[in-house]
Amino acid sequence: MNKFDKLTGIAAPMPLINIDTDMIIPKQFLKTIKRSGLGVNLFDEMRYDDDRNEIPDFVLNKPQYREAQIIVAGDNFGCGSSREHAPWAIADFGITCVIAPSYADIFYNNCFKNGILPIALPQEQIDVLMKDAEKGANARMTIDLEAQTVTTSDGEVFNFEVDAFKKHCLMNGLDDIGLTMEKVASIDTFEAAAAQSRPWV
Amino acid sequence: MSPKTLYDKIWDAHLAHEADDGTSLLYIDRHLVHEVTSPQAFEGLRMTGRTVRAPDKTIAVPDHNVPTTLDRANAATMTEDSRIQVEALDKNAKDFGIHYYPVSDVRQGIVHIVGPEQGWTLPGMTVVCGDSHTATHGAFGALAHGIGTSEVEHVLATQTLIQKKSKNMKVEITGKLAPGVTAKDITLSVIGVTGTAGGTGYVIEYCGEAIRDLSMEGRMTVCNMAIEGGARAGLIAPDEKTYEYCMGRPHAPKGAQWEAAMEWWKTLYSDDDAAWDKVITLKGEDIAPVVTWGTSPEDVLPITANVPAASDFTGGKIGAAQRSLDYMGLTAGTPLSEVEIDTVFIGSCTNGRIEDLRAAAAILKGKKKKDGIRAMVVPGSGLVRAQAEEEGLADIFIDAGFEWRLAGCSMCLAMNPDQLAPGERCAATSNRNFEGRQGRGGRTHLMSPAMAAAAAITGKLTDVREMM
Repeated sequence: MNKFDKLTGIAAPMPLINIDTDMIIPKQFLKTIKRSGLGVNLFDEMRYDDDRNEIPDFVLNKPQYREAQIIVAGDNFGCGSSREHAPWAIADFGITCVIAPSYADIFYNNCFKNGILPIALPQEQIDVLMKDAEKGANARMTIDLEAQTVTTSDGEVFNFEVDAFKKHCLMNGLDDIGLTMEKVASIDTFEAAAAQSRPWV
Repeated sequence: MSPKTLYDKIWDAHLAHEADDGTSLLYIDRHLVHEVTSPQAFEGLRMTGRTVRAPDKTIAVPDHNVPTTLDRANAATMTEDSRIQVEALDKNAKDFGIHYYPVSDVRQGIVHIVGPEQGWTLPGMTVVCGDSHTATHGAFGALAHGIGTSEVEHVLATQTLIQKKSKNMKVEITGKLAPGVTAKDITLSVIGVTGTAGGTGYVIEYCGEAIRDLSMEGRMTVCNMAIEGGARAGLIAPDEKTYEYCMGRPHAPKGAQWEAAMEWWKTLYSDDDAAWDKVITLKGEDIAPVVTWGTSPEDVLPITANVPAASDFTGGKIGAAQRSLDYMGLTAGTPLSEVEIDTVFIGSCTNGRIEDLRAAAAILKGKKKKDGIRAMVVPGSGLVRAQAEEEGLADIFIDAGFEWRLAGCSMCLAMNPDQLAPGERCAATSNRNFEGRQGRGGRTHLMSPAMAAAAAITGKLTDVREMM
């Protein structure tokens, strides 16, 4: 997995609440058996018209945001389907950090498996970051995972919370399965006991 | 012993490892797999030389992509990419030796309908699937939730999931439901109250007389949409109805094992003095038949209401509501019962079970859909379809002018050819009304099967109580 430690980049403002995973990657792109190549279809139905031409008003089509590495968005980002294609598409586009007041549970977990840092901050701070993002390509935010800070282009600093284990895995690009395999003895013990106590399972 | 909720009890019974910071390995009893969110996980196993730890606890069925037309045995009815995904599941099931219900098997259907039907889902289990509507299985008093593909791979390889415990939320529905009000109206009404993020960070336990009165099918409908309220899972304590449903199913325990299981299952309830982090109470009598008007499942109103205005809302919802109204082509103040529809979809893991088809057929019996309306019924499994044919429900649907389809997810998410055209408006029994969910530009109104049937007859959103 890709590591995430520090990032200075352009933030795309998406002041919408309830951005769902169908918006992030519509179902017609779930038919792949690969993880890669979905970036071109990120936000597909908001990004292209019926003739596959870019819709100029959509934020990621605007010249100043085409190289965005951060999204600043409204409440409940990533709600809906569990599709990991959503973080795959986001990462494939080149975005490795999302900042929003809150996230849907499954999407939030999926981000950490794909080198993406989802940051939750109070609405008042999101409002400041949204304004900063709206300044465009000259305004770069800095995310420091080690220090757990977001710094605006004006130097204003916000602290964020993140689970210590998730942070450790993300900073070191650790493979969850490998980590769990180290605890295989615990799983073996549990499984043997469960086979006795709940043999019907 | 300190009092526990049902969730606490199931969690404790599945804890394989707990680190000092609370990061836990939760043992998984049942892993359900479908063709869309699993190919990358199996590919991951192959690339790392890993295998499936517990193939006997892993059950696969293709459902999202499969055509539901009668000619689907012909491979040409599938697009190439869909066919490749289904064939990949065929191969993965065979290579890794997991239980499998292929498209040709009468038991094939939507994974969340097949699991309970075959007795894979039982009280007190942990159940996961790479699909957010795994919450459905909570109806049995199981801890069931959706996971991403990386987690699918994790469960395949280790039979565990890395988790931190959620908080406990109680949703109580007191009293009786009025005639014409169903499990779907309960679950939508709860989301209408909590909002789509109201359950984030929680596992919900649904309780109260109105929940107890529901059949297992109804309880599955309620738990299915826990995810639409943002909750990790929704569950309902098992009772006699649960045991009766499970008994005799192909993979349910038998004989002495059944007795042993029952003994444990009867301990699966929240203790009287258990602590709740959040409690919501609704009166059953206050719940009306509801429909959604917008593009979020929280956009719920009684069918007797009018389309709201964006200015009725506050904060970020003002812009979201305006965007929804524009997308849905609705004008504030219009009575919902005057909104004309083009299509009716009855099916999905929310409402594709036998009771749902009975409820719709009861409204449609002896009647016809309005001319020009496209209407389809997609049973949740091949066995639901067979039972509906045996009960004469299929004839009622066909006589009413509905298409009688084969089992699959179909127009709930429109990954197969069953899709809405841009601007087409649908009365749907599914679970999501997101922009583009049922097809680009398609407009979805969520409701119960009986309400969808009523809409098919009149050609507009309709209060089913007028037809009872």
